[in-house]
Parts: sequence; structure tokens; C-alpha cells
Amino acid sequence: MVFVGSDDQLTVPTAVKIVIAGGFGTGKTTMVASVSEIPPLRTEELLTEAGVHVDDLAGIEGKDTTTVALDFGRITINTKVVLYLFGTPGQNRFWFMWDELATGAIGAVVLVDTRRLDSSFPSIDFFEHRGIPFIVAVNCFDGSQLYTVDEVRHALDLDEAIPVMLCDARDRESSKAVLVGLIQHSMNRLEAAV
Amino acid sequence: MTAREDWWYDEAAGPLVRPYAMVRGRTRPNAPHLHLVTQVRASSFTSDQTSLTVEHREIMALCARPLSVAEVAAYLDVPLIVVKVLLSDLIERGDVIVQNSSPHIPDRDLLQAVLDGVRGI
Repeated sequence: MVFVGSDDQLTVPTAVKIVIAGGFGTGKTTMVASVSEIPPLRTEELLTEAGVHVDDLAGIEGKDTTTVALDFGRITINTKVVLYLFGTPGQNRFWFMWDELATGAIGAVVLVDTRRLDSSFPSIDFFEHRGIPFIVAVNCFDGSQLYTVDEVRHALDLDEAIPVMLCDARDRESSKAVLVGLIQHSMNRLEAAV
Repeated sequence: MTAREDWWYDEAAGPLVRPYAMVRGRTRPNAPHLHLVTQVRASSFTSDQTSLTVEHREIMALCARPLSVAEVAAYLDVPLIVVKVLLSDLIERGDVIVQNSSPHIPDRDLLQAVLDGVRGI
């Protein structure tokens, strides 16, 4: 892959990102993996650098939790644009990472497991309060889809303008449909704001 | 639990020694605008590389094609902050060029391109 501009200067593509959020075990990395062109990568931020914003140090002095891991994937859109998909860190205390992830993002997918609806509340609150476009995707684990879209919308107390979709995070086409839904929602929001 | 000021010095601190040695203890990159998805790539005319460390040269090899800061960190298997410091060195030398913008909200044309791209995969 070579990116050479018309004036023969080396150029770099424009990078955009989408955040895949949700509670622990809702399938965030699974969704990233199902659409990414590379196996999901993992990068780590040392807690000593960003730890000033950590609200709860209890339990994170152990060896396994001195870093915050981020899983992410990549979709090359064309020679000028590349899309990154970032799963949010599993534990909600790492809010400082969410801020960097959300800044300049196209928007966010909040993955929901209907067996643990409450685990998605912090994600929804985060994106609502910052005015970041998001949609809710109900990850239908085997046999776990007990509720309709309307019931989920009601249970989460979602605004009518927020799309709610059913999906299977393991399935590439299903995850693609969710990303398409989010991008369209972001475009609609942009047009409504003009 | 040991006192807060001591807890980096127990056995759990082991893996942290090498990354910081790699950047000679520096924890703040000189190039301030390196974000997770900031694109970097090796410039076409690189300077004399004999003074570079192994890690710098690994980054130069990785960045033969454009990559994000997060990808460089993942492939190098070092924490983000360490890669930001190393990239800053290379940017200052002119060996690495960097996307000259902070993250911004994509405009309609960019969103349309992303939409078309995702539909096409």
C-alpha cells in the first residue's frame, strides 16, 4: 500500500474511529474482530501516566491491572481514509481512556446484553452527556433475546431518536449493519444540526 | 498493602522497567499531538540512522506504510506512552512524518466515504 500524493510528496491517510462500548462481557471485542481486516490488536496505557483521573485505586495495585488494555481493529476505507474500531476498557473506572477514545469519533455503538441491561447504563450516560452520536445494539447471544426492541428502548429510557438494533456480534454482516446504522445516525445528526 | 510510595518497587514492577529504560526515563513526548489514531509514516529521506536505538529502527521499519500510533504501540508491544516518546524523537529528526491535525468531527463527505467503505467490505 503506497500513499503518494499528486506532487509526489508522501502523504498520510485521514483516520476516523468508532467506539464500541458496553458493559463487561457484552461482546465488544467480538464485534471488533468480526469486521476488522486484521486480528484485533491490543495496546496498553500505563496507569502511572493517566492515573490521576482514576477514581478508585482499590484493587488495581496488583500486577495484572497496572495497565489499561485497549483492543482495536482496522478497516481500510480507501487509500485516503482508514477507520479504527476501539473497544472500551472493560472496567468503568478507566473513564480517562473513554475521553480520548470519544474525542473526534464518528460515534459509538453501545452493546447491550439483555440479561444485564444495567451494565450498559454507564456507557449510555457517558455518550448522552457528551453529545456524542450513539446507537444501541442488542447482542443476541444464543437464546438470550427475550425482549423486543421497544421493550429494550423503554427499559433503557432511551430517546426516540436513538436507534436500537438487534445484532449478533459474531456475525460479520450483522456487525457491518450495526456500523452502517451508526454512521447513518451520525450523518442524520449532522444534517439536523445544520 | 505496602505504602503508596513504595508500591512500584515490589515484584509487580518488573515489566515496567524495560519500557522506561527504552526511553531513558522520559515519560512526556515532545510532540504533543499524538493521539491513538494519529497517522505516522517514515519520510522518504531519512537521516543517518546510526545513532538510533533498536526500537527507533523497528518503528522506522513498521512505518514504511502509514500506521496509527496505537498500531505502532501494539506491533512493538510497548505501552502507548513509550511509543509516543520514541515517535517524538523520530518526528524531531524528520525521519517520521505525522498527520498534522488533532481528532476532529468528520464532515458529511468523510462520513459518506466511510459509509460506502463499510458497506463494501
